[in-house]
Amino acid sequence: MEPPIDSPPYRRTFYKGGSGMWSWILHRGSGLAVLGFLFLHVLDTSLVMFGPNAYNTMAKFYESALFRPLEVLLMFLVIFHAFNGLRVIIVDLWTRGSRYQAQLSRLVWAITLVLFLPSAWIMLRPIFE
Amino acid sequence: MLPVSLKVQRRIPGEKPYWAAYAVEVEENGRVLDALHQVKWHQDGTLSFRRSCAHGVCGSDAMMINGVNRLACAVLCRDLEQPITVEPLRGLNVEKDLIVDMEPFFEAYKAVKPWLVNDDPPPTRERLQTPEQRRRYDDTTKCILCAACTTSCPIFWGDDRYVGPAAIVNAHRFIYDSRDQGGEERLEILSSEDGAFRCRTTFNCSDACPRGIKVTEAIQEVKRSILRKKI
Ligand code: FES
Repeated sequence: MEPPIDSPPYRRTFYKGGSGMWSWILHRGSGLAVLGFLFLHVLDTSLVMFGPNAYNTMAKFYESALFRPLEVLLMFLVIFHAFNGLRVIIVDLWTRGSRYQAQLSRLVWAITLVLFLPSAWIMLRPIFE
Repeated sequence: MLPVSLKVQRRIPGEKPYWAAYAVEVEENGRVLDALHQVKWHQDGTLSFRRSCAHGVCGSDAMMINGVNRLACAVLCRDLEQPITVEPLRGLNVEKDLIVDMEPFFEAYKAVKPWLVNDDPPPTRERLQTPEQRRRYDDTTKCILCAACTTSCPIFWGDDRYVGPAAIVNAHRFIYDSRDQGGEERLEILSSEDGAFRCRTTFNCSDACPRGIKVTEAIQEVKRSILRKKI
């Protein structure tokens, strides 16, 4: 009996799921992130109670080069979440939905990118000017 | 002969899991199971895994091969990227190396009453069925209970109370059988919190099924039957 050639340290591996699994993960993640932003938004809007100054400082911060990219990310998450949600509904309710799930997944990505790229450009342009 | 390098996750109760690397040779058409046999028979007898038929029928040797659930006896080494990584199924407790405790899996299976429910007096001859009636559930008759689908499901990894794809597939096989009368009862069971609606359509199960059953499609059909209260 020969011993094993080598025994590298144990590392957790990923399950190599397809588009369905990754969309599901991203759907959950984006849902949580958007919810988190909603809370943030409630907070910053309530700053108006401390006068216009406080509110405006915050609004400025959102437009800064620091925060803008995060808003762009938010944009992406919202668009993906919306259209992926529609895909899930279609797969749930349409009898043939399961058969076309891979195509539907690709369609979601296409729509997401078509809507996201121009809006990202519009949102980021002011930073570079 | 085809040289094969294997990376097998070794798990010994009470010890830290580790990767063991083996170099073996199999025939041109050798399967992952053959490579594991080479290890067990000629290199390291302590490696443990289940197999019985070695021909894709019994469902004993489902394991994670190169990151996806497959039957070791049904994938050829030459079709895989090397080194071939072999791990036990996820979401079930590992007993040793590639052997997992299948008990929770069979419990979930039994929970959906996977047998013919029909209280009519037994007929003197067969209960007849038209070819269309038979076709309705043909796909889900192919299940070999290997657990590849259930243990590929991220929901099941996170919560083992979920009955899992395999149980729903086997419920499907009887729910849509025209000779069966337990359909409503099974739908009732599957409409529970741990039933069909835990499925989030990740489609890992459909990809994992060695029999090519459209697992997610069957689950979706069950969900719609529950929603529409119609079999
Ligand atoms: S050993 Fe029976 S299915 Fe692989």
